[in-house]
Amino acid sequence: MRGIFDRPWVLSLLLFAGFVLAWHLATGSSQGAPTAADTEYAKMVGQGGAAKQSAMPTPADVVRRGAELLSQAFDRNGSNDLGIGWHLLHSLARVLGGFGIAVAVAVPLGFAIGLVPKLYAALNPFIQVLKPVSPLAWMPLALYTLKDSGASAIFMIFICSVWPLLINTAFGVSAVRQDWLNVSRVLGLSVWTRIRHIVFPAAVPMIFTGMRISIGTAWFVIVAAEMVVGQSGIGYFIWNEWNNLQISSMITAIVIIGLVGLGLDVLLVQMTRLLAFQE
Amino acid sequence: MSSGLQVKAVSVVFNTKKGPFHAIDSVNLDVAPGEFVCLIGHSGCGKSTLLNLIAGLTLPTGGEVYCDSRLVAGPGPDRGVVFQQHSLLPWMTCFENVHLGVRRVFGAREDAAALRHRTEYALNMVHLEDAAAKYPFEISGGMKQRVGIARALAIEPRVLLLDEPFGALDALTRAALQDELMRIVEQTHPTVVMVTHDVDEAILLADRVIMMTNGPKASIGDDLRIKLARPRDRVALASDAQFAVYRKRLLEFLFLKQRVPEPATS
Repeated sequence: MRGIFDRPWVLSLLLFAGFVLAWHLATGSSQGAPTAADTEYAKMVGQGGAAKQSAMPTPADVVRRGAELLSQAFDRNGSNDLGIGWHLLHSLARVLGGFGIAVAVAVPLGFAIGLVPKLYAALNPFIQVLKPVSPLAWMPLALYTLKDSGASAIFMIFICSVWPLLINTAFGVSAVRQDWLNVSRVLGLSVWTRIRHIVFPAAVPMIFTGMRISIGTAWFVIVAAEMVVGQSGIGYFIWNEWNNLQISSMITAIVIIGLVGLGLDVLLVQMTRLLAFQE
Repeated sequence: MSSGLQVKAVSVVFNTKKGPFHAIDSVNLDVAPGEFVCLIGHSGCGKSTLLNLIAGLTLPTGGEVYCDSRLVAGPGPDRGVVFQQHSLLPWMTCFENVHLGVRRVFGAREDAAALRHRTEYALNMVHLEDAAAKYPFEISGGMKQRVGIARALAIEPRVLLLDEPFGALDALTRAALQDELMRIVEQTHPTVVMVTHDVDEAILLADRVIMMTNGPKASIGDDLRIKLARPRDRVALASDAQFAVYRKRLLEFLFLKQRVPEPATS
């Protein structure tokens, strides 16, 4: 029985329970008798002495609101009132769209620059300058050129996904183990066979590492992008609920974003396990 | 007709950050067709460099290497290489690892069934028919090295080059693979050059043992013919007087004439 507290998940559960309790105590107290300071403050801002409930919800409020949101996740009451599930799907579609285009562009290009050091050297300055630019900085330019908010969001996902993919693919391709290249040389394999049967499989783990980083970044960026341009999506949802001061909805959305991000990451780890070689 | 291997006045200088490094200095070596030659020497004496020169993986900075009277300008399927670290491709099964070279060398002339037969034959030769569908991570170190040998043999090279192929194996596995190599060589009669640092292994396998001096500027120090009848039996040789004479010669060269290099310099 002593061992039960040694298990990491037990500790996780305890920490979570402690956090919820602290949250409950912190938010619940303002509902009861207001303290002197609160009364003073309320008088100062001209709301009289009446106790006003804090906008910060209790854990129970959030759970209630969360259940409500999830039960209506795929409701559709006109184009301006979509359930949270629809918003999530819109975000995911944009992320997968931009990420897909980035894979289609960056993997072949990364291959090329990994195989041809001169090309790498020539493109490297551009990569180094463009890589640190926040994808949000591209937003106005994207809106101006693409003239469509949805396409602009996809472009932002593309631009933030492309760099890790490009760099990781190029590195994976250029750092193929010398032993394996020697095998290819000794057997006299053609360039195409070497790329297909040696360089590509050898680079797969690095390419997938790039994909993991990219999809994580893309999931980061989509929320910000949708706050700026969206008429839908989970980022738009949070911004909209903020305008309505629906903090419970915002917290629910944050938790959902975290869980979906985790899901995407786990998915890629599983794909890596399936497709990358084992040693 | 085949005329074996000629290494003519070959030198190798590597350009390092500390300036040029003379790995090998004016080495001359003739290997007759069908001869089994072992290169022996301390670590860092350039024996692997010499093997890489014959393989065409390294090009000499001076001198020339000829295989069957043709100048070696790069690797080629007339020279099969068994690498020190098995170097199997981990994403391919044992069959596919062997088949890759078979397809390259015979693919233009033979149909798929004949190619498959070649690969199966090579795997049978090293007794790996049951492991054909396995991936390298699923088999033992000895089996991996067998696949490496099968891969090199399957392309029917004129010359078989082995770079310390059994160095990473335990003594019993090593003995089993040495016996297997001897049997295969009896069957297929390739010219063999093998790098080793194991004196007993060299005497057991070779027709000739080439002793290399310590680098830098390594060269051939001595050349010993092993006139032991074949097939050779390791148990019988253990009490063979001639074997003991050869052994003493090699040990004297390695440990009296050549100092054991400091670990830091190797």
